[in-house]
Parts: sequence; structure tokens; C-alpha cells
Amino acid sequence: MAWETVIGLEVHVQLATKSKLFSGSATTFGAEPNTQANVFDLALPGTLPVLNGEALRMAVKFGLAIGAHIGKKSVFDRKNYFYPDLPKGYQTSQLDHPIVGKGSLTITLDDGTSRTIGVTRAHLEEDAGKSLHELFPNDTGIDLNRAGTPLLEIVSEPELRSAKEAVAYLKKLHSLILYLGISDGDMSQGSMRCDANVSVRQQGDSKFGTRAEIKNINSFRFVEKAILIEAQRQIDILEDGGRIIQETRLYDPDRNETRSMRSKEVANDYRYFPEPDLLPVVIDDAFIAAVKTTLPELPDLKSQRFQSHYGLSEYDADVLSADRATADFFEVVANACGDAKLSANWVMGDLQSVLHKSELDIAHSPVSAHALADLISRIKDNTISSKIAKTVFEAMVNGEGSADTIIESKGLKQVTDSGAIEKLIDTIIAANPKQLEQYRSGQDKVFTFFVGQVMKESKGKANPAQVNDILLNKLKK
Amino acid sequence: MTSEMTPKMNDALKQGVAELARSLARKDFTSVELTRAYLERIDQHNPQLNAYVTVTGEQALVQAQAADQARAAGTAAPYAGIPFAHKDIFCTSGVRTACGSRMLDNFIAPYDATVVEKMRQAGMVMLGKTNMDEFAMGSSNETSWYGPVKNPWNHTLVPGGSSGGSAAAVAAHLCPAATATDTGGSIRQPASFCGLTGIKPTYGRISRWGMIAFASSLDQAGVLTRSAEDAAILMQMMSGFDPKDSTSVDVPVPDYLATLDQPLKGLRIGLPKQHFAVGLNPEVEKQIRAALSEFEKQGAVLKEISLDNSHLSVSAYYVLAPAEASANLSRYDGVRFGYRCDKPVDLEDMYKRTRGEGFGDEVKRRIMIGTYALSAGYYDAYYIKAQKVRRLIKDDFDRAFREVDVIMGPTSPHTAFPLGSKTKDPVTMYLEDIYTIAVNLAGLPGLSVPAGLVNGLPIGLQIVGRDFSEAQLLNLAHRFQQATDWHTHTPGV
Repeated sequence: MAWETVIGLEVHVQLATKSKLFSGSATTFGAEPNTQANVFDLALPGTLPVLNGEALRMAVKFGLAIGAHIGKKSVFDRKNYFYPDLPKGYQTSQLDHPIVGKGSLTITLDDGTSRTIGVTRAHLEEDAGKSLHELFPNDTGIDLNRAGTPLLEIVSEPELRSAKEAVAYLKKLHSLILYLGISDGDMSQGSMRCDANVSVRQQGDSKFGTRAEIKNINSFRFVEKAILIEAQRQIDILEDGGRIIQETRLYDPDRNETRSMRSKEVANDYRYFPEPDLLPVVIDDAFIAAVKTTLPELPDLKSQRFQSHYGLSEYDADVLSADRATADFFEVVANACGDAKLSANWVMGDLQSVLHKSELDIAHSPVSAHALADLISRIKDNTISSKIAKTVFEAMVNGEGSADTIIESKGLKQVTDSGAIEKLIDTIIAANPKQLEQYRSGQDKVFTFFVGQVMKESKGKANPAQVNDILLNKLKK
Repeated sequence: MTSEMTPKMNDALKQGVAELARSLARKDFTSVELTRAYLERIDQHNPQLNAYVTVTGEQALVQAQAADQARAAGTAAPYAGIPFAHKDIFCTSGVRTACGSRMLDNFIAPYDATVVEKMRQAGMVMLGKTNMDEFAMGSSNETSWYGPVKNPWNHTLVPGGSSGGSAAAVAAHLCPAATATDTGGSIRQPASFCGLTGIKPTYGRISRWGMIAFASSLDQAGVLTRSAEDAAILMQMMSGFDPKDSTSVDVPVPDYLATLDQPLKGLRIGLPKQHFAVGLNPEVEKQIRAALSEFEKQGAVLKEISLDNSHLSVSAYYVLAPAEASANLSRYDGVRFGYRCDKPVDLEDMYKRTRGEGFGDEVKRRIMIGTYALSAGYYDAYYIKAQKVRRLIKDDFDRAFREVDVIMGPTSPHTAFPLGSKTKDPVTMYLEDIYTIAVNLAGLPGLSVPAGLVNGLPIGLQIVGRDFSEAQLLNLAHRFQQATDWHTHTPGV
């Protein structure tokens, strides 16, 4: 019996607006509880919502980036339920007329193949506050700072067929929202949340199986594990002849299992009806066109351009274009020093190591793009070798100055005077007659010994290419 | 403390807003004297009438003093220092705002409604907050947590609702004017029952920011006064676009006083045949027709029209208003403010007992009706259907306004009814608004002017106009009041 997993993802993205979706309260993360909740957020009597235009623009921007239909007339609806972190007793969301309609996202899998995944819709809604159960002995603390923050709920078609695909989709989505600058997409802080709808069916079956919804998974890794374990749970039940119950489940990363969330019968009748305190949102072509001008070059196009314009490999282009800041950084370096390949290597290699180790993002790189370009230029003009460049780079990271300053102060200039190198080589050869005999008798490996000695004697400064050439010549005789 | 009730002040208490402005300008008396006189009268008569729930005496005197100082310095706004009252549905910063409910008995609003702020900027002196049906749900002011309000014309009768407190206060000269709200007739019907001029403007004319919501798409603020001129003055202060209210409309506010005297020759008045049919008290009809002939005398033309879907308006309203209310009142849960039951054992217990104890019967009834109408399986049959009927009702008016300029008829089918006479069957109470409700459904402006007495009790003539035709409605009311004197009749107290 071959089983197929069917996954649809609902991703909630917290939009990076300065104020909330319907009120002017600040949205900064980490403030003291209930210091960012005004009379509207507290749902005091008589308060009314006013739509945040920036949130609307961000939603449209996202829609354009995924090639989606933009709803020229979208409507907000009230979703009614009682919970202490939902002050009004209803959440203002969008049901039948969302701001963004059908679009798609193309994902690349590990084996290099691409798949286009449909996005059903994306809509705006307000976030709820936070319920803190652990802080108080017998009570729950309600923090309404988050209540009213704008969310964009992005719903995929149930077209994902494996946990790996789901992660690829999520990562692509994550990269895209950062690219657009509409969210910081930080899953650990909750600015990007993922619910996974998982079902299984027999290979070849066209009907969908009953799905379970796994809510609020907060890391890419957990998404993959949760889907795998849930699919297996369902398969086990079905193979035993049982039935899948449509329900909401939570993923427990400690036990690597999903658990049912519903402890009592809750009739989830949200009694949706159009929000009477807001007008339908009507936007025209001019509005959409204006938002379109704010779209950055998207990752896929950027990658293609890196390949065609800079001659990078598909892999390098994909890696560099995945993060907008990194892509921009790379281009500054490449254009300043004129060597795209070297720039790519340095950015993806040495620089990334440093950033990763110090847990910095590229915006806070200790070495600026121009400084790196200067370093690469020194390699290209033979002032230093690649190997020495690594030393110089390390010093630059430590804040010891520019490439030139460091090369000068540490006397790292490469020796390129062939006369000097020849003299050095002669000295080394003369001092090692045994090895000379060994080489001349056919032991080619001894060559590296000579290279090593020359480099050591020159304190690494001899131009390696020249050393190679001259040494080969000398040893031949 | 000596009484303020000198003959001069007694006289002052009879003056309307327009007249008071002139008296204060002439320095016949000070704002402080005037305010003291009102406070004394409230002290004397409010216990019987129960029109005021909160009297803000100290604050009022401070405001009056400020007005007097401004007047002395020559910097006073034209209506500064004139006392008035706010219906207890408007949030008043630092002052209890209870909305007629136990649920908000302990609620001190931390901010001012836009209407409140505007009145304050005009320098008006707030005497207090008036009683009302709980959460504006009622047509008799009998559902208030603070007890019923008595009609000053006859204390065994209701003043009308939900703005019964404001109406009783103005009619009994406990203030010259009072703000109010109207969702299905709650300004016009009390105006009719108490012999007052009451106006509910076009939906979106006055900001709802700070006005405690009952039914969001129907609620509108307005005013109860003793003359059209006074209503125009207050409408001027209260109206205007407010960016804090997304449903407020950005249409310029005309000078309502400037057009009060315009002649009405050639005016086409539509009389809906459905409003002159079975159910209308014959004595009331007689008075109404007499009032209409006044307009004919001034050159208007009467024409019978039909509002075909009239008979559906009460039903549509009693699906839509409760539906919106059921969501608007969900925030009253004992979590962040307002009433909370004693010693809740868990969340569900807190919700159930807080709302069970905090809300009165009529409010609970409407929440349940509204929840039902929105629930799965019933949404299409009730809510959607009612919205469609609403569209038909609006279309009826649009069609009528192609043939006529304004629509007139009785505000209420009869005069004020006895307290307790309609509380057994909610539907009989709902039918009180039979002539007024459609106006809210259509979002149109409506006004009620005193148009006669039946067995010594006032009845009102309703005037309905096109969107944003408040100036015209006030003009017609004013012209009527220049030719008649019904509006000058006030009860003994």
C-alpha cells in the first residue's frame, strides 16, 4: 500500500507596519505588557476601527509578488468567538472577499526540480492578544500588546506532497516576505506562524482524505517533523482499519508527536457577517500600479540575472539571491572589484562563516561591501595571494582597518619580483640536495616539499603561481 | 444656600438655546447663575422623573465659570455657557457612562466621544448624563438599570425611548436641550411623546466615535430640543466628518441657521399611504392632517405615495439590529472593565454570570435573537434576507423622492402609553417604531415636530428627507413653528 501525503499550509505573517491594523498603537515586539493597547485595542465601549493603509499596501504588494488576482473590492467581516485575549469578542478578518485572490509560488526542491504551488488567497486580519498561563499561580495573564497587530493570512492550495515540499514552500514564502520588506518573518518571535493541514490517501486516489490541522508550529524544522509524524499517525490508523477525525492538533516537539487540541465540544460557528464599522475597501488600477512600483526585483528574476549578467552558476545565483540584503551586498562587491566569481565565493564562504559565528546579519557585517571589494581587488592585482587574503580578512573583521592598511602594517605584500623568487628558490634547492635527487629520480610528490619550503622562507609572501613556474623550471634541469 | 429661583431665573429656565445665547450676551444673568438654577431644578424634580442618572454639578459650575470669564474677556464662543445634557450613551471622560446598564454602572469613560468634545469646544455646560433604555434597546425607557423615566406630561406614562431621559429632561425644563441617539426611532418617538423637536440626521452625518454601539449600521446621534432653531444650533455643533469613525461621511456641513426661514412654496410633500392606515389612532390622524394643511397654506403640495415594503421594516430591523448588537455587546465580558460577577470559579462561569447578571432581559433577548439570526443554517434565511429587504426599503424611498421632496406623516401611531402596559409582549413594544424604523434602515434623516395635542398629550409630525437634507428638514420644522405654537406647550412638570 503506497500512501501519499497531502498538505496545505496556512501561514500567518505579522506585517511590519508601525501601527496596528485598526488603531494607532505601536507594534514593536517586547514591550511591557499592556503598554501598547489603546482604547480601541481594549475594546472599550464606543471605539471604532480605522484601516491602516500601509497594511493594505503590503497585502497588495504580496499579492502582486505571487502573481495573484488583487481584490478591487474587499470586505472585512467579524469572526465571533469569546476568549479573554480577543477583547471585542470578535476578530475583524476577511471571509468571502479577501484582498488577495489566487496566485502561485514556485519552489525548488533538494534535487533541483521545481514545482509551482498554488496560493488560494491571502487576507488581512487582526491578531489576538497573548494569554500567559505560566506567570500567575491560578490565573491567566492577558497581554493585549499584540491584539490588533496586522496579520496577512496566506492559504496554499492542498498541492504539497511531502514534508520537504512543505518546508521548501515555507522557506520560499519566508524569503519572499523578507524580500518585500513586509515582515521580519521571525518564526521564533511569532511574526510568521504556520498551521499545516495534513491528510493522507492511497497513491493514485483522486479524493482527499480527512485532514487534521496542526496549529502554530513555530520553526521550519518542527513543520517538517510535525507533518511526518502526523502523516504516519494517520497511515497507522487507516492501515488498522480506523477513521481519521477532522480536528485541530498541536505538535509537541519534545515528544515528537501531535495531540488533539479539542478538550470539549466546541461548536466553531463563527457567525461571520460583514463588519458594519468599516466600509468595503475599494481600490483602483492606479492604486495597484503605485504599489507595483514599490516591488523589488524578486528572487527568481534576480537569480536569473545573476546567472546571465554575472555568469554565476545556478547554485551560486540561487544562494545569493535568496536573501535580498545578501544579494545587494554581493552586487556592490562584484561591481566594485569587477570579479563576480571571486565576490560570490567570498560572500558565500568566508563572510557567511564570520556572520554565522557572530550571529550577525549581513546588514551588521563587520566588513563592508566596499571593504571586501578592496580586498578582492588586491588579490586580483597580485598584491597578495588568496591565502594571505584570508589573514587580511580576519584582521579586517577584527576592526584593524582596511585591506591596504593591514597589508602595509603587517608587511604582507606578495613578492612578485621573479628575480627575488628565483634567488630564493636557488637557495632552497641548494640547501636540500637529497630532495632534489628524489625529485629528479621521479618522485613528483617532492615538488610540494619545495613549494612548502619556498613559501615558508618567504613567509607566505611569494606569489604562488610564480613560485610554481620558476621551481618547475629549476628542478627540471 | 439660597435658592436661585428668582422670577428672573424662573423665566430663564423657559428659554431655549437661541434665546439663552442672546440673554447671556446681554448679561441678563451669568452662566453660573443659570447653571445653578438648572441644578436646583434638577435637584427638585429629578427624583420624580428619573431623567438624569448622573448630575455633574461641580464640573458644570467650573464650565459655567469659564464661560463667564470668556464672556467678560470678549472671547466667548456664541453658545458658551449654555447648559445641556448628554444621553448616557456618549463617553464622557472622567464621568460615569453607564448606557442604562448594570454592566457599565462602574464604568468611568477614559475618553470623550467626538460629540462630547465638540460640545465642550463650543463652551456648552454639561449638567449631567440622562437616563435611557439599556444599551439603547427599547421604546419606552423602561429597560434601564436605573429605573424607568416618567413622562413629564403625565407621570404614569412613558416618555418614549430609548432617549427617554433626554426627552423628559428637556420637556420638564431640566435642561434646554439634550443630545440623544436614534437607531429605530429613539429620538423621534420620545420627541413625539414629550412634545419636543427631535432630529436624527443622515447616517454618517455625526461621528459615532465614543457613542456606545448598539447597531452599528443604524445608530446615529442627534438632539432633542424645544424648537427647530435650537435643533439647528446643536446640529451645527455636532455635525461633521470624523476620521476616527470610518462610517462618517466627508460632506461639508451647511449653515443650518442660514436657511431656516426659506419659503416652502412648491414643496412636494409625500404622504405614505401605509402610514395613514390601520393602527393609526384617528385623533392622532386628525392632528396630523391639520398640521399638514399648515404646509399647504405656505404653498406646499401634498401627494399620496406608497412605500411598498413598509410592512417589512419592523421585521427586517429586528433581525439586523439584534444581529449587529449581538457582536457589539460581546466585549462586555467582565475581563477588562465594567461589571464582573462575584468570585467566578473559571472563565466560563465568569462569562455566564457576568453577562447573565450584568445585562437586563431585553438586552439578553436581543443578543439571543441576533446570535440566532447569524448562526450557521439561519444566516441566509434571516440576516441575508433582512439585508435584501433593507435594500428594497431604501429603493422605496429613492423612488418616492423622485416624485416628492420630503415625506411626512405621524411619528407614532398614538400618544404616550402607560408605564408597564407593553412590557409583557416584546412585539407590541417593537411595533411602536412602525413609522420611524424604515428611516434608519434607509440611512435617511428624520425629524419630529410637535404637531398637536390629543387628550392633552403631545403628538409629533415626522418629516423625512433625502440624504443630507437636514437643512431642509430644519427649515420646514422652523416654518411650521413660526405658524403654529404646539412646540411652546410644555407640561407643568
